[in-house]
Amino acid sequence: MSITAFIIISLIKSIAIVFVLLTAVAYSVWLERKVSAHIQNRWGPTRVGPFGLLQPMADGVKFIFKEDLTQPHVYKPLYIAAPIIAVVFAITSISVIPFGNWVEVGPWGTYLQITDVNIGLLVVLGITSMGVYGVALAGWSSNSKYALLGGLRASAQMISYEVSLGLALVGVIIMSGSLSLRDIVDAQGGRFWYFIPRWNIFHGQTLAFFIYLISAYAETNRTPFDLPEAESELVAGYHTEYSAMKFAMFFMAEYANMVTVACLATLLFLGGWHGPLIFSSPILQALMPVVWFCLKVFFFMFLYVWVRWTLPRFRYDQLMAFGWKVLLPLAIANIVVTALIVAWRA
Amino acid sequence: MFHLILFLFFGAICVAGAVNLLVQSHPINSALSLIVVMGALAAEFLLLGAEFVAAVQVIVYAGAIMVLFLITIMLLNAGKEEQTKGSRVALLLGVPGVIIGAVLVAWTLLSRSSMDGGIPIGALRGSPQGIARLLFHDFLLPFEVTSVLILIAIMGAVVLASRPEAVARGPRKDR
Repeated sequence: MSITAFIIISLIKSIAIVFVLLTAVAYSVWLERKVSAHIQNRWGPTRVGPFGLLQPMADGVKFIFKEDLTQPHVYKPLYIAAPIIAVVFAITSISVIPFGNWVEVGPWGTYLQITDVNIGLLVVLGITSMGVYGVALAGWSSNSKYALLGGLRASAQMISYEVSLGLALVGVIIMSGSLSLRDIVDAQGGRFWYFIPRWNIFHGQTLAFFIYLISAYAETNRTPFDLPEAESELVAGYHTEYSAMKFAMFFMAEYANMVTVACLATLLFLGGWHGPLIFSSPILQALMPVVWFCLKVFFFMFLYVWVRWTLPRFRYDQLMAFGWKVLLPLAIANIVVTALIVAWRA
Repeated sequence: MFHLILFLFFGAICVAGAVNLLVQSHPINSALSLIVVMGALAAEFLLLGAEFVAAVQVIVYAGAIMVLFLITIMLLNAGKEEQTKGSRVALLLGVPGVIIGAVLVAWTLLSRSSMDGGIPIGALRGSPQGIARLLFHDFLLPFEVTSVLILIAIMGAVVLASRPEAVARGPRKDR
């Protein structure tokens, strides 16, 4: 492939994937409002468009036209930089996530992924770990007690649960022997006894899946781990002092992180784009992997909302004790058992 | 060629971040400059081909240790540091000392690299299996000794930080 073709294809992929991600983020908010409404026996947004489907656009317009307040007591450079940091790192991590197989359009072929790095998994972990700075700096630079407490809680919680999140993934890495997300998905093709898919969740990593799921909720600051923005004690936590588009950027970052975490769970534990049905038509063969992938990610997004409106919030000491005394030992035990079994088989 | 330009670019960012770390008077700004240094170092490792080290540099140093630094600064609510006039001894002895030290390090590295042939950009490749073999086979003893060392440091910190009366009373029962 010539360098011009490479640049053009990469540009098209980047723009398309970021566009899809941001649309997904906007519609996750709609999903959240709609599902929460139905759980509480309400209707949710119904006025803007059919089923309130245009509500995200109305919200966006409202965010843009709201007054953008900057309180006089904030530390301005970091106050402005914090939402940018949060949203940039949240969007960047999508760049190594693969959505499907090799696709050929005319003379050009490409993987459905912005770039295939052979340490893809570590890149995602690294970028999400940098996302903490957006929240922590927002809390500090706002120069207000609620925001500071929210920022402190968020950073302590995120680095605590990142440990068990990372260790839960080690089992998967041992199983597939690679850090490339594409290799990990390829290792999950095929079936047991012709009907159970060979996904990691059915292949010895069930415990790791649940550890990952719980830590992911804490990483993205979602209920039952939404201590950083606990309304009843901290007003709104780290984004108390933010308004208009800056506030919206924190929301975008939170939902983009949720999408990334859901993508990662799909790739690592649910077999990525491998689906139950196989089609003979070439167009369907090219498209179906993407459909399976999106369905699995949607399932995770729905689960997020479902859990949020079902479970109450933890207390802070319970949260820390659970992370360090329950999840971490379980994750280490999972690594030891997986490593022993893999070594015994080899 | 392109790699070399990128390598020098990130090297310059690294040095600029380190200088900014010393110049800034607010602890938060200094901590943020240190994060920039870590990020630039990770990019340098990546350009050398040591992908795993680059990722670990970002995850462990920039993503975890620096967050703890930041939490400490936020908790102590450390304000702006006051600038002193600076001592004359530091100026007279420090600047030549730094230059001599830098020259010594550069000279040692350059003479060694001409002996070993050095490593070209992008030559350090390692699969997970290769890294695991190095860590858990070839260098198993140093690796384990280091982990024991860190454990001792953690225990020392816990003992130093806890107050004696709290230790005597035992763990709290009201949770």
